[in-house]
Amino acid sequence: MMNGAKPLLTIKDLTVHYSVYGGRLQVLDGVNFTMYPGEKVGLVGETGCGKTTTMKAILRVLPSPPASIPQGEIFFEGQNVMQMSEDVLMQMRGQGISMIFQDPTAALNPVFSIGEQFEAVIKYSAPPGMILTRQEIHQRALSSLQEVALADPDRLLRSYPIQLSGGMRQRVCIGMALATNPKLLIADEPGTSLDVTIQDQVLRLLRRLVEEHNTSVILITHTLGIVRETTNRVYVMYAGSMVETAPTEKLFAQPMHPYTQGLISTVPRLTGGGVASGIPGRIPDYRNPPSGCRFHPRCPHVMDICRKEKPPAFQINTEHAVACFLYNKDHSANDEKETRLL
Amino acid sequence: MTEDILTVSHLKKHFVIGYTGQFKERKPITVKAVDGASFSIQEGETLGLVGESGSGKSTVAYITIGMYLPTSGNIRFREHELFQGNGKRPRHLQKEIQIVYQDPGSSLNPRQNIKQILEMPLRIHKPAKNQLEQIVYLLEIVGLPPEFMYKYPRMLSGGEKQIVSIARALSTEPSLVILDEPTSALDVSVQAKTINLLLELQKEFKLSYLFITHDLSLMRNVSTRVAIMYLGKICEVAETADFFRNPLHPYTQMLLSSIPVVTKEEEELKPKKVVSTGEIPSPVNVPPGCSFHTRCPFVMDICKQVDPVMAEAGPNHSVRCHLFPQPALAGSKSP
Repeated sequence: MMNGAKPLLTIKDLTVHYSVYGGRLQVLDGVNFTMYPGEKVGLVGETGCGKTTTMKAILRVLPSPPASIPQGEIFFEGQNVMQMSEDVLMQMRGQGISMIFQDPTAALNPVFSIGEQFEAVIKYSAPPGMILTRQEIHQRALSSLQEVALADPDRLLRSYPIQLSGGMRQRVCIGMALATNPKLLIADEPGTSLDVTIQDQVLRLLRRLVEEHNTSVILITHTLGIVRETTNRVYVMYAGSMVETAPTEKLFAQPMHPYTQGLISTVPRLTGGGVASGIPGRIPDYRNPPSGCRFHPRCPHVMDICRKEKPPAFQINTEHAVACFLYNKDHSANDEKETRLL
Repeated sequence: MTEDILTVSHLKKHFVIGYTGQFKERKPITVKAVDGASFSIQEGETLGLVGESGSGKSTVAYITIGMYLPTSGNIRFREHELFQGNGKRPRHLQKEIQIVYQDPGSSLNPRQNIKQILEMPLRIHKPAKNQLEQIVYLLEIVGLPPEFMYKYPRMLSGGEKQIVSIARALSTEPSLVILDEPTSALDVSVQAKTINLLLELQKEFKLSYLFITHDLSLMRNVSTRVAIMYLGKICEVAETADFFRNPLHPYTQMLLSSIPVVTKEEEELKPKKVVSTGEIPSPVNVPPGCSFHTRCPFVMDICKQVDPVMAEAGPNHSVRCHLFPQPALAGSKSP
């Protein structure tokens, strides 16, 4: 990972505010994120911690107003996303980054057939100067549907979303997202709205396709089990900033941030042993976020410094970084912008 | 052996969703939401009812609470038949069975504050002068401060709303509470708090729970016994520890193998042989024979023709599958 390869996607100190009636919601508070080509990165956190806002910022689809970005930079393949022209941006959305949404029913337009929607995706995401004939577009749509293991793709292209089951719709969405061979796939809770057996099928399909296409993946979810089985590195997010990152196995074996520890311990286990007590309190009010570390009102190890200062990222080793003052003594804060993970 | 608090036998609920044909050939199209489910809940236990969406779990809950009348079959609560006569349930029975719904956002009236929400059941089932004290007490037992009385549902977080729903269910002092996916809309850390509250309340007030969920790992930690439901029928019932150590029905194994888990020890518990395939068929066209045969990896010829019946496969472990010896008389044997 640290082999000197160029990062695929870097986010530096991204801050996003929403102006709403009654104040400014300080939703993202300095998000740092780095991923390299070929990585499968998981992004976990509770509802409302800013996962989806971060991903929307990458694609620059945040509605503005109410959203504003006071500071921060996003680089995709070395290009600054914040300064891209609309043309370049469309190209990035077409061939660079694809997204799978949580609810396939809402992601597909109910008044167009699957074929029309599929062909539009293929047509508009073709590189500039490349004009595809209708025949070619149709062929590509067919082969994409075959790839996601859907039977009878010919009939499927003529059917409407309402005629498909939830699992089939999500497969169609996956097919669409991968039809353009993107470099990065953002999957926002791809299985949450599905049943556990169907979710398992969809995730297995996703894992296989991603392997075949050699696509990098950001998997957003709050189901820790899915992260463990799909990704090789995890970012943990709390109240608008990344609090910990580590290779997946290490994070589950040895979580360091008190929030990560709490999160992992509250997952009910198949082996039994009762349900842990959970993390006290709830996600802060973004109009008035707590000073210093935003986790301090819920933290069992809170110290004086936590209330005053926002903790920097402490590098435990080359792959593991934690934003928590508990690790202040043994590890120095990493100031080198280039190799920073958090 | 403890007494059964609720006995459900051969429960069926068919919904008519339309008609085919005309005049004499006119036939109703029915959704067989519940199609002959039988199970029982013992006094003081938590029975976990697990199944995919569309398997009829919630319909069972709504019939038990009295929202629907069953098409056939009956439910016994202690010594009372619940659907006798005109189906109107006497008030003392209404009070005994309460429910907590899945989505706390839509099960609380947005125009009423918490005091009004909790007042209604109290006024009907326990009319008394000291209503305000009762409400404060209700909030206290679920761990909410009294000032919550004057809040409206929109001012509460999802977890708090669900806790108010629990307080409302407890207001009539029920003995059986139906929990219809009480935590599936909540985050894991909030889920943990809610579940622990439910377990404490169960101990304190000697409640029996019918816990409906699709989350098997949660089931492992809260229920005494587990019943698996598929297309309106129960396919396996067992005690929790035994169930997870030794799942018998192929569908159960498929469910277990699909769960995403967080530790290696859990990984070893998952059955490896059964990989999830196919989707749950429409309850309008239930496959003949065993309804699971379309997805079953061990399907045999007999499965496509004969629907198996519940059979004892071990102590307190029944399964409805042709892979296990069927009772000699294929009749009405309930678990």
